[in-house]
Amino acid sequence: MKIETTLNGCRRAVDIRPGETLLEMLRRLGMHGVKEGCGSGDCGACTVLLDGSAINACLAFAAKAHGHTVTTIEGLASGDTLHPVQQAFLDEGAIQCGYCTPGMVLSAVDFLRHHQRPTDDEIRRAIAGNLCRCTGYAKQVAAIRRASESEPREDA
Amino acid sequence: MSREKQRGFRVVGTNATKVDGLSLVTGRPKFVADIDLADTLIVRLLTSPHAHARITAIDTSGAEAIPGVACVLAHTNTPTPRFTTAGQGYPEPSPYDTRLFDSKVRFVGDFVAAVAAESQEVAERAVRALRVSYEQLPAALSIDDALADGAPVIHDEPDAQGIYDALHNVAANVDIDVGDAASAFDACPVVVETTCETPYAQHTPIETHLVHSALDSDGRLVLRSSTQVPFHARRIVAHTLGLPLHRIRVIKPRVGGGFGTKQEILLESIAGLVTLRTGRPALLQLTRHEEFVSSRTRHPMRVRVKAGAEKDGTLRALEMEALSNTGAYGSHALTVLSNTGSKTLPLYNKASDVHFYGVALYTNLPVAGAYRGYGATQGYFPLETAMDQLAERVGLDPITVREKNHIRSGESSPIFEKLGEGREGVAFSIRSCELPRCIEIGRQRIAWDERRGRRNREGSWVHGLGMSIHMQGSGIPQIDMGAATVRMNEDGSCQLLVGATDIGTGSDTILSQIAAEVLGIPSSHVVVTSSDTDTTPFDVGAYASSTTYVSGMAVQRAAEKVRAQILDVAAGALQVGREALSLEAGRVVAADGRSASLAELCSRATHVVDQFQIEATASCVPEESPPPFLASFAEVAVDTETGFVKVVKYVAAVDCGVPINPKMAEGQVEGAIVNGIGYALTEHMLFSSRGRVRNPSLFDYKIPCAADVPDIDVVLVDSYEPTGPMGAKSVGEIAINAPIPTIANAIYDAVGVRLTTTPFTPERVLAAMRKASEAP
Repeated sequence: MKIETTLNGCRRAVDIRPGETLLEMLRRLGMHGVKEGCGSGDCGACTVLLDGSAINACLAFAAKAHGHTVTTIEGLASGDTLHPVQQAFLDEGAIQCGYCTPGMVLSAVDFLRHHQRPTDDEIRRAIAGNLCRCTGYAKQVAAIRRASESEPREDA
Repeated sequence: MSREKQRGFRVVGTNATKVDGLSLVTGRPKFVADIDLADTLIVRLLTSPHAHARITAIDTSGAEAIPGVACVLAHTNTPTPRFTTAGQGYPEPSPYDTRLFDSKVRFVGDFVAAVAAESQEVAERAVRALRVSYEQLPAALSIDDALADGAPVIHDEPDAQGIYDALHNVAANVDIDVGDAASAFDACPVVVETTCETPYAQHTPIETHLVHSALDSDGRLVLRSSTQVPFHARRIVAHTLGLPLHRIRVIKPRVGGGFGTKQEILLESIAGLVTLRTGRPALLQLTRHEEFVSSRTRHPMRVRVKAGAEKDGTLRALEMEALSNTGAYGSHALTVLSNTGSKTLPLYNKASDVHFYGVALYTNLPVAGAYRGYGATQGYFPLETAMDQLAERVGLDPITVREKNHIRSGESSPIFEKLGEGREGVAFSIRSCELPRCIEIGRQRIAWDERRGRRNREGSWVHGLGMSIHMQGSGIPQIDMGAATVRMNEDGSCQLLVGATDIGTGSDTILSQIAAEVLGIPSSHVVVTSSDTDTTPFDVGAYASSTTYVSGMAVQRAAEKVRAQILDVAAGALQVGREALSLEAGRVVAADGRSASLAELCSRATHVVDQFQIEATASCVPEESPPPFLASFAEVAVDTETGFVKVVKYVAAVDCGVPINPKMAEGQVEGAIVNGIGYALTEHMLFSSRGRVRNPSLFDYKIPCAADVPDIDVVLVDSYEPTGPMGAKSVGEIAINAPIPTIANAIYDAVGVRLTTTPFTPERVLAAMRKASEAP
């Protein structure tokens, strides 16, 4: 079946298979920044934004994107200008293997839309659904705090 | 002194941005599976439902008849040489007890067959169509089962090699003596003893094991693998499949976490064989469930420590006995067992008489392998518990007992020489040890003197403080080899080619910083290529806390050779003697002030006069393994109503020599501490009575999330290791060993119970408290 969706700012008509997950569809379309870590919604590596809200793409059917806007990590920067969360992850040394990074960044982007000046505890709870085995989370929390202190962005 | 030495660094010691950071944070395709898979066969596995069984028949015809199935592999049609999956230095000190597919299965999850098909759906349907008959055998599902008289013999195959005592399920054995511990204990007025158990636990990299295989245009096998050990992978695949080594290329793209589990060659030969049989690319990736049941784990151990001391707390004798469970195969059985003693006991070198012995036993449970900490994690739990017990017995502060007994700069331990990795070790002395300052800094930051022993209460929560100290190593001396090639481009930038394997640790970045430091260029002018067996020089790979110390020294040496070549070119260009030249900030400067840029000199060598490629390769095989040191402190709160333990504050003060990139070094410590907190409080694999993993998901196997852990206060203590590249030692593993004993000691301070089995679940804590309160 065919769906229409807006993927990273571009309107797309996509043929999907019955039962295909959003994760499978996005990777098939070349959005390799969407990672699979468990396939059961436990790790958050496949987090994408559906109409701006963070969801686990492994738990959503591809059909759910029909008529909606999907943002993956590939669509977050504006040209060469990184989103403040991306920039903060780089600056704070919040990336180790980088496999959880896209999902973690997108969860933070969604969270910061609703929280102007969050506490560290609020940040920790906001990314509790994104597992990272490398960093111990300290630098990721610091990066999200730093991003929250930078100028807010219209399109975030 | 060390500050003066560091002062000259321009690039080393700075927080250079991770060289692959931009591509990772923008989600560019970097990992094994991030390629066009249009023509790729998907491989799925059939694994054993039984803990121990012989395969009496396997019928693949139903699977092969399904349209879209390209290939079925099983023990009936695959190569039979035995090998070890452990990617270690050659010859590996591990038993060759594993086959690609065997006619006997030895644990629930053992590989039985593989199917390659046009799609995942077809491959899974074909796996379900395989018909296998098993003759079930009695199983050994614990260390005690494996030790029992009449225990089933798990490795009864005649062609296995290197098993210590197959008939008694002993994969490996270690027994070393320094002095005469038994007699020394008799003379000790104070003796304490404790036995601790640590269970099956898993690495859980967020990216599971996977490999993509294909043929290149010359028919060579190209394996893109998420591996820590590309060169070992090439060698082991060549042995397993009977291919000449040079017909295989292993490429390591970005790796989504390893922690030891990707030091194992699990999938490469299977995918490679599919490609050789079909001529088609193939992708084999473990599901999370398969990762839990079929990949690798930490060795569960039961370790007993006995410590004998004078009344003033000075240690005289130490004994450590380790019973290790290697699971169904011997992978890292011997070397992990060795490290349980060799990475722990030298810390207390005031004990003149030491006995370390133990066995690694086969069981019909998942296979244990390399896991960050590598046996030391299991050894430090009883050792650092015993040190607290000793302190209590002699009436000293736990810190004081450790200060009296720990190894110091200029000292050695006979264990360095007696006990290496699977063989004798190498004698050396400690040249850098800032442990006293680590302890002092931690003591202040955790407010030890103010808060320990106070049992501060908040409702039902009682607070307590604990500490422990640690050492690890930096590579395996006289065994590990890393090599690097530095090649100048005509614009004055350089290519750095390393076999060193960045698995997320940031080694590409710190190695580029070392090269940049030597060459007087910004690290952004260093282009790093890591881990491709066709293009980069050999390196053992990412394990044993070796990369910074071993590979880093190779990079430093190669860059120094290149620097000498550049000075030669400059001497010709500026018509002065080489000794009158210095290289600084991208220019070679003569004593009279004339100078030439690196771009001018490299362009001259490439295009103009006496043309040659400025390039050098250097290797490093270390003669020593200087340990990093760590003082670890935690404040916990224990809920006396539920037994729940919460880590309130954590301080880790580390001596890792000069941190090449401080933020990355901190990140290694933070990540390891949190992994260790998970192992201390929540992580354990649970098994059914038939040996099946009961919690094979990230929902049921609980690793820490961001909301579970406190801020980790990491202090990198000023230090300089004279044998290391730019003064550096290792930092990757050490901190994972700390949380278990630190938290155990803090729980004791809070509620007066000694927990000796991890994880410290609410049930266990509560049970221990009830038992203590019922005791007379």
